[in-house]
Order: sequence, then C-alpha cells, then structure tokens
Amino acid sequence: MTVHFKQDKPDDSNRLDGMKQGVLGKPLPRVEGMAKVTGTAPYSAEYPITDCAEGVLVTSTITRGKVLSIDKDAVLSMPGVLAVIDDPAMTTRAAQGTADEAPQQEPGTVCYWGQPIALVVAETFEQARDAAKHLGVEYREDPDAPLDPQAVDGEEQEDETVRQGDLEHAMATAAHSVDVAYTTKGHASAAMEPHASIAQWDGDKLTVYASLQMLNYNISELADALGMEEENIRLVSRFVGGGFGSKLGVSEDVVAAAIAAKEVGRPVRVVLSRQQVFQCVMRRSETKQRLRLAADESGKLIGFGHHALVSNLPGETFAEPVLQSSHFLYGGENRDLMLEVARIHRMTAGSVRAPGEAVGMPALEGAMDVLAEKAGIDPVELRLKNIPEEDPEEGLPFSSHKLAECLKQGAEAFGWDSGPRSPRHTCEGEWWVGTGMASAARVHNIAEATARVTLKADGSAVVETDMTDIGTGTYTILAQLAGEMLGLDPAQVLVELGDTKHPRGPGSGGSWGAASIGSAVYIACKAIREELGQRLGVDEAELELKDGKAASGENLVSLLDGNDLSREGHYEPGDIKDDFTASGFGAFFAQVRVNRFTGETRVDRMLGAFGFGRVLNHKTARSQCLGGITWSIGVALTEALEFDPRDGHLVNCDLAEYHVPVHRDVPDLEVVLVEERDPAASPIQAKGIGELGMCGGAAAIANAIYNACGARIFDYPMTPDRVLAAMPD
Amino acid sequence: MRPFSYTRARTLDDAAQLTHDDTAVAIAGGTNLLDLMKLQVETPETLADINRIGFGGIEDTDDGGLSIGALASNTETAVHPRVRSDYPVLARAILAGATQQLRNKATTGGNLCQRTRCFYFTNIDQPCNKREPGSGCGAIDGIAKLHAVLGTSDQCIATYPGDMAVALSALDAQVEIATPNGDTRRVPVRDFHCLPGDTPWRENVLEKGELITAVTLPAPVGGTQIYRKVRERSSYAFALVSVAAIIEIEDGKFTRADLAFGGLAHKPWHDPRITDALVGTVPSDEIFDKAADILLEDARGFGENDFKIPLARRTLHAVLQNATEAAA
Ligand SMILES: Cc1cc2nc3c(=O)[nH]c(=O)nc-3n(C[C@H](O)[C@H](O)[C@H](O)COP(=O)(O)OP(=O)(O)OC[C@H]3O[C@@H](n4cnc5c(N)ncnc54)[C@H](O)[C@@H]3O)c2cc1C
Ligand code: SF4
Repeated sequence: MTVHFKQDKPDDSNRLDGMKQGVLGKPLPRVEGMAKVTGTAPYSAEYPITDCAEGVLVTSTITRGKVLSIDKDAVLSMPGVLAVIDDPAMTTRAAQGTADEAPQQEPGTVCYWGQPIALVVAETFEQARDAAKHLGVEYREDPDAPLDPQAVDGEEQEDETVRQGDLEHAMATAAHSVDVAYTTKGHASAAMEPHASIAQWDGDKLTVYASLQMLNYNISELADALGMEEENIRLVSRFVGGGFGSKLGVSEDVVAAAIAAKEVGRPVRVVLSRQQVFQCVMRRSETKQRLRLAADESGKLIGFGHHALVSNLPGETFAEPVLQSSHFLYGGENRDLMLEVARIHRMTAGSVRAPGEAVGMPALEGAMDVLAEKAGIDPVELRLKNIPEEDPEEGLPFSSHKLAECLKQGAEAFGWDSGPRSPRHTCEGEWWVGTGMASAARVHNIAEATARVTLKADGSAVVETDMTDIGTGTYTILAQLAGEMLGLDPAQVLVELGDTKHPRGPGSGGSWGAASIGSAVYIACKAIREELGQRLGVDEAELELKDGKAASGENLVSLLDGNDLSREGHYEPGDIKDDFTASGFGAFFAQVRVNRFTGETRVDRMLGAFGFGRVLNHKTARSQCLGGITWSIGVALTEALEFDPRDGHLVNCDLAEYHVPVHRDVPDLEVVLVEERDPAASPIQAKGIGELGMCGGAAAIANAIYNACGARIFDYPMTPDRVLAAMPD
Repeated sequence: MRPFSYTRARTLDDAAQLTHDDTAVAIAGGTNLLDLMKLQVETPETLADINRIGFGGIEDTDDGGLSIGALASNTETAVHPRVRSDYPVLARAILAGATQQLRNKATTGGNLCQRTRCFYFTNIDQPCNKREPGSGCGAIDGIAKLHAVLGTSDQCIATYPGDMAVALSALDAQVEIATPNGDTRRVPVRDFHCLPGDTPWRENVLEKGELITAVTLPAPVGGTQIYRKVRERSSYAFALVSVAAIIEIEDGKFTRADLAFGGLAHKPWHDPRITDALVGTVPSDEIFDKAADILLEDARGFGENDFKIPLARRTLHAVLQNATEAAA
C-alpha cells in the first residue's frame, strides 16, 4: 500500500520531536563503516562476476571533428582482444544531473579533446588498455574550435536575469560603492572511486553494477540510450566512493559496458582511468564575475549587481548557476543580475559539489569584505545589517533564516575581534597572520521520493529504496529515522539502498537526499503507526513506541501476529515551493598565515556555523560540514583545472597534479550546528547540508589573506604566484 | 601497458647484461617507472628487477663520509641516524618529497633518475621532444607553470622534479656507477644530470647498461642545513622552487655557503659563483640580493612560469636570512 503526501503548507506539527525512541540526531557511527574500512563493501567494479571481459575506452586526440575510420582489424588481431565497439548508441559525455534522458551519443562526432569514441574489449584489462592505445583512428578535424570562454560572445540565460530599479544610478550616488571582477578556475569532483561499471545480460534483461548517484534518473537515461524499457534494466550502486556531482548522470562507462556485454555475449567491466575521469566526465566551469555593491552611509545596501560568465559545450543545457544565492542573500532595491554562457569545446561542464554557490559565494563574499573596508564597518556587522526581511526579488518570506544566529554564534565561538581591521597587524617570524569571515548560503532543494518500510513479524524493520549513499551517511540516518518513528533501536532496522528493484528514491544530489528520502520514510512509518494505532485502539498522534513496545506495554511482535506490516511512503514537494524562499545559511571564520617571502598561505584554523533545519545525525552532519570546509580550502588555495590553450585538453588530469587539499593543508576545523526546525522545508523539518559547508568558505580565507598581508586578490585559487603578485612590498 | 617480460637480476653482472639491451630497463621501487609504463610513455620490452642485487646498505666510508646504496629506500635514508645528525639537509629534502608510502618504495637510484613531470611528456597524444625527438615541445606556448627558467633550450623547458638530488648537489655528493665492463666510475651529483640542449631525451650521464650502485657523501661539514621547498600545497606537490643550503657563519661572516636549487632547471642547479660571492661577506639584504642576481642572471620565463624568477629570489633571501638568524 502506498501513502502519498504532497506538501503544500508548512508542517508545524513537528511530530518527530514527540517520538519516544530518542535516537534521531544522535551521533551514531555509520552502519556500513566497518564494511568499508575492512574492504568488504563491494564497489561497482568489485562484484565477483565470473567470465567478465574488460573494456577500455578510447578517447579522441582532436578537439572537434569527425571520426572517418577506425582500423579495427589491426587491434582485433592483438592478443586477447575480443571486440572494438563504436556503436552510435555509445554516449560521449555523462548525462547532466536529473536529465532523465540519454546524453549526447554518436561517438563518431568529436566535440572535445579526450571524448570517448570507441571501446576496446579484451580478456584482461592490460590487453584492453594496450589495444586501446594502439587503435588507429582517422579524423577529419574542424579547426579553430573556440576554446577561450572570454573570446566568444556569451549567451544570456534569461531566466537568471534580474533588473530592478537603477543600479547605475545607485552606484553613482552611493556613499560607498564597490565594483570588482573575480575569476575562478574550473574544478573537478575528484572522487576517490573512478567511474566503473559491470554490465551483464540475461536474455533481454540487463543488470549494471555502476557507480552512480541517482539511480531513479540513471535508469531512464540508460533505457533511453539503449532504446530499452526500464523494466528490463536493473542498476545496482550499493556503495559509491564519492560522487560530488560527477556521478549524477549516467556516465560513458555504463552505456559502453551494456553495449559491449551484448556484443561479446559475456559480462563486461569498464573502469575509467584516473585521467579519463578527469578528462571526460564533468568539470565545474571556470567563471568570470563582476560584483557591484552600492551602500548608504551606514553600510546598508541600496544596490546589488552580480554578472557572471561561465562556459559549456554547445548544446548543453547546464550553466553553472553562479547567481543562485545572490538573488536573495542580501537586500538592495536596485538590482542587476545576469548569467551568460560561452560555448566552447572543453569537456562538459556540469554539477560539481554546490554548483553555483561554490564559486559565486567566494566572489560575492570577497566583494562584501571590500565594502566593509571601504565603509569602515566590521564585516560581521555589515552582513547582519543587510539580511533582508524577505526575498528581495520575489518578495517571498523565507522558510527559516539562521544567518544572523550563525554569524553571531560563529563569531563568538571563533573569538572574532570586531575592532578596527587593517592588514599586516601581526607578523610571526616570516608569517603574516590575519583573519577573515564570510557568510554561507545554499538554496534548499527537495525532490519527489518513495521508500518502502516493512515492520517484520519478528519486530525488526527494513527500509528499501533505490536511493544511494555516496559516503554521506544515508544508510545510518534512515535507520535512525525509522527507529525513531517505530520505536526501534536503529540496529534493528536494515536499510537496503542503491538497487532499482526497490522503490524510486530521489537520488543523491543537490543536497536534497536526506530531506527528500527521509520524508518518504517518515510518511511510510507514519502509515505503519496508523495501522498499529488502529490495532491498539489509539490515535496515531497518541501512540508511543519505544524499544519494540507501545506505552500500554503491548509488544510489537505480538501485535503483528506473525505477519509483516509494510507501507510505501511517497513524498512529493507541493505548492509550498512557490510560497517560500528556502535556503541553508551559515558563516565561516578563518585565520591564515601568509609567508612574506614565498606567498604560501596556510590555514591556521577555521570554523563554520551552519543552520540547515533538523540535524538527523550529529556525526554525519558534522562530517558533511568538515568536508565542505575542506573543499573551501581547495577552492581558495589549491584547486584549478588547467586547459591547453591550443586544443583545450585538460593537462593536469591526475591527483598528483590536480591539487585537492592534503591533510597538512587542513587544520583543526570547528563546526557549530545551529539547529532549527524548518516547517516549510520538508515534513521532517530538515534541509540540505551536503554542500552548504563550501558555499563561501573560500572567501573567508581570501579575506584573511588580505587581512594578514595586504594582498587583495580577485582570482581563485590564491596560489603563491598570485599572492606574491598582489602583495605590497 | 604493453606486454613485457620481467626478469629478476641476482647480481650486478646479471643486471648489467639484462639492461644492456636497448629495450630493457631496470626497475627499482617502480614508483615512477610503472606510472609511465601505464601511460605508455615508457615501453620497455624487458624489465630487469634490480632489487635483489644488493646495494641497499647505508655505510660509513673510510674518509668519514657515508655511502648510501642505490637500493636504500628514501625512508631508510631519511631516518638513518647519521643522515639525520650529519646531513640534515638530505633528510629534510627527502621528507619534503612525495608521501610516506611513496618514500617507502622509492630508492636512491630511482629518485636520481626520476623523469620530469611535464604534462606534455606524460601525455603520449601530445608533442614532446623528450619523449619523441623532433615532435616539438608542447609546453612552450602551453601550460608551463612548473617549467624551467634556467638552462632551457628551444627544444625543451622541462625541470628535473626531485628534491633529494638538490640536497645531494649542495652536499657535493658523488654518484657511484657500475659500468657494463665491471668498472666503477664516480660522477659528482652536480654533473650527473644534463641540460636539455638539443638532446632533451638525455637526462643524465648514464650510458646504456650502467647502473647506479651508491651515492657517497663527503665527511660531514656541519653548518646550518636548510631545505626550503615552495609548493602549491603543503605536502604531496612538486617544488615550484626549492633551495638546499649549507651555511656557516663565523665572526659575522659567511665561511661556507653551499647552495643548490630545485624547480628551476633540468637539473639541480648549482652555481659556484654564488658561493664565491657570499663567502667572506657579512650577511645583509644587499649581499642576499647579489647572490640572487648571480643565480638569476640568465633566467628566462615562458609566461606562466615568470613568477619563478622573483620567487627564487625571495626564497633564497628567506633561506639566507634563516641561516643568519640560526648562526646568531
Ligand atoms: C605522486 C607522486 C609524487 C611525487 N612527489 C615527489 C616529490 O615531491 N619530490 C620528489 O623528489 N619526488 C617525488 N616523487 C617521485 C619519487 O621520488 C620517485 O618516483 C622515486 O624516487 C623513484 O624511485 P623508484 O625506486 O621507485 O624508481 P623506479 O620507478 O623504479 O625507476 C625510475 C627510473 O630510474 C631508473 N633506475 C632505478 N634505479 C636505478 C639504478 N640503480 N641505476 C640506474 N637507473 C636506475 C629506472 O630504470 C627508471 O628509469 C613523486 C612520485 C609520485 C608518483
Ligand atoms: S618541456 Fe620538454 S618534456 Fe615538456 S613537452 Fe617540451 S620537450 Fe617535452
């Protein structure tokens, strides 16, 4: 039986707080943690499938053009080679998140350097890799493919454009104004587990073990690519070694493995090499941004302008949503926002953790620091002054708003000095030491989701959905949620995820996973409680369940009388989306040191205070924040995709040369969770948390660099060369 | 990776025979070679495993120096009590490189012979004169942030990426080489690596069939020993610029100033004129600048790496200042 709930109004009943088990929010360790650290949790390439052949993708060595011919014969005679596949159904990019349809196909048409054009299948991985390198390909190259985003005319994304009042006039008449340009470089998700698939056919039934974030969409993307019915496909992604957006859409390995397995009549495994993961999955677009801020004497914004230029391949719908939080974070009645996309031939730009805010917020919050300095106002104070009462563009109320609390609690916990600020106040040995802060904001997303909850006759429970756990803690929080609702120790709740044989979840992406799938589980559990209440003659609202018993003393097992009790919860976000602006908010504080000789920057300590609705598990929530802050350090200081200016190929395509922060770059981080209940966010009053921790943090570091050494830098990442170039003598 | 045969050499003779062939390569820790084989940058037909031929020890020499076997791991060397007490610049340089796991596998010989990290060298679908003579240099006019500013040629602007050899150069260590005919020759580390010139594929003076058996350090020289590595993250990154320094100051004047530089050239850079300019002078900003002037006299950037020139100056300044403070 399916229970459907569409949320059209805020849910103030706040039922979860009335439950008796008392396990929700507790810092439980991950239920799958032991399996992962002992190597017994199977990742997609590790399923013990017998007679599996190995496929390696062949990628293009031109930027744009056609594949004229492929010399298959030479390679087919190499040892162990079984097939060379260039089927037109093969995909040449990953699907964008929530695309729900096949991405670009036709491997014979090349749109970027490093694009998959064929697959070589052999008995062993080494044979396939060698043959792939040897495959002779004849191309017709279309020269002069545009590669520089700033050299082409951008296409305006009209949905993003806002013109309110007269910003030019506000800038001209403002007591304080700031007009600055920032750049950010491209980023890679750089998940540890590469994209990998094993495809296996049984008649016309296909099973693919794959590393994916959103099976509910991926199944239709794969079905569309192969021209199949979804019911003939099963996708399995029980453990995913990091996604960060790169596994939102079905990737090239999945489709290629499926086609190859059919052709060779055996299961086929396709694992992307580290270089291929970098070169042909997804990049975060580089950006160029202009920020204009106009403020009155007191520092209150009267004008707000944010223009951004991003890039993508021709035909791609995704445009890094740089302005996402700029639309509502601060007031200012004169507004001018615009987003443009340059069409260039680098690999697909798509979602990388916190698309939009990850790069928009560092620019905005850098500009706010410039304004604070100009206006002679403490940066925390400046933010507090400019928190709008309602969404300044839509006029909507906020579903909840914890920015002020986060700023205050964060400042307090960090020991923020609100006195006058001027650069170069402290020098310790060779190091200038300074502090900086920034606001955090990340829109709250929520999605349709279903989950089945079964209270077993033996008194344990099972939760089933095709939702994934990409390392975030979904297994654990769902066990806690069901345990809380049904009065069970979470150890009594088995959570089954990552398999499309289960009801459709929302997928992991856009930080919506926990709130969306949690709501579906909540709805299913509530329906089970209703049934139990009926059997006990108690209103569900009055039903108290704890440790497998009702308050009346009745045992769940006897109540079930040898039968399982199962309900499917179906959550659908309703019209409430149109009634509120919903976002997570927070604040970052950082202390850095900058070497006065070499321009190297080290983060001494960093703190984030975040408000994102109900905290479902303090440990996993905090871990998400720690990871987010770590990414902020990468955005601020180290991470940059470098593209060759002549053919657009990505040059630094491994973990030695694409610099994610290492342990030594990450000091002790402190997280303050400013807990709240957001009744409009979801039936469980929770919001997204996976991305908020990196939305603005880079600016806290950039602002601290300025405060430390006087280098005001407008280009991320702030590598030693850039710091030195901007550092006054 | 192309199919290859693997043979384990039992003796130095074995190894010399095996590697004499043009298509054979010696493998020690494999941390550099195997990566390059997977990328088909290196395509040997035979791998001669030299891990069992001895040459792993670290031993005192008759003149009070230290001999570090070619197969000693970087970790063993860095933690060796005599290295730590008598040659701290070497321990520091090794520990500034790679990661603990890599250092556990990496060997003295392999470290000296490690190949450049030029992005175009490691991508076989891009031009590179070093990998494929005559194909052109992808880095000139390409992404060249890591590249050299000293001793470049119009054929190649790659750097030697390592750290250990920079310290060895400052220490004026010798490379001990076994030749195929059973002789041993010694080459100063300072002369071991080559500049690219017209033969960028030639990175060091080893001839076919020659193997490094050890590196010998002279008797300890004392002084303040510093290894300063500037990089884009605080660990697990190659040097933008590095400086190895052995400095002694007596009566307010430099009495020893042995310096070598990493990240600037196709070899660890040593310029005896810097030593000459410093020794006998009183440390001061002016004299530090003069040393930098000498170092960078012929420096030339390629756009993206122009910053290395002022960065080298500043890093040298920091090192000399640190040394002066330590002596005070
Ligand atoms: C991700 C990464 C980061 C790194 N970071 C740094 C760093 O920051 N600083 C740094 O200095 N290094 C760094 N390294 C390089 C590392 O130090 C080298 O890979 C290592 O020292 C090579 O030693 P090996 O024994 O593994 O050599 P191998 O890979 O076995 O061999 C390398 C080469 O040396 C030759 N060779 C080996 N032994 C001998 C011998 N006795 N005689 C003649 N030829 C020989 C081989 O034939 C081969 O050509 C890094 C490496 C990696 C993979
Ligand atoms: S710099 Fe040297 S190694 Fe790099 S591409 Fe040019 S020739 Fe090759």
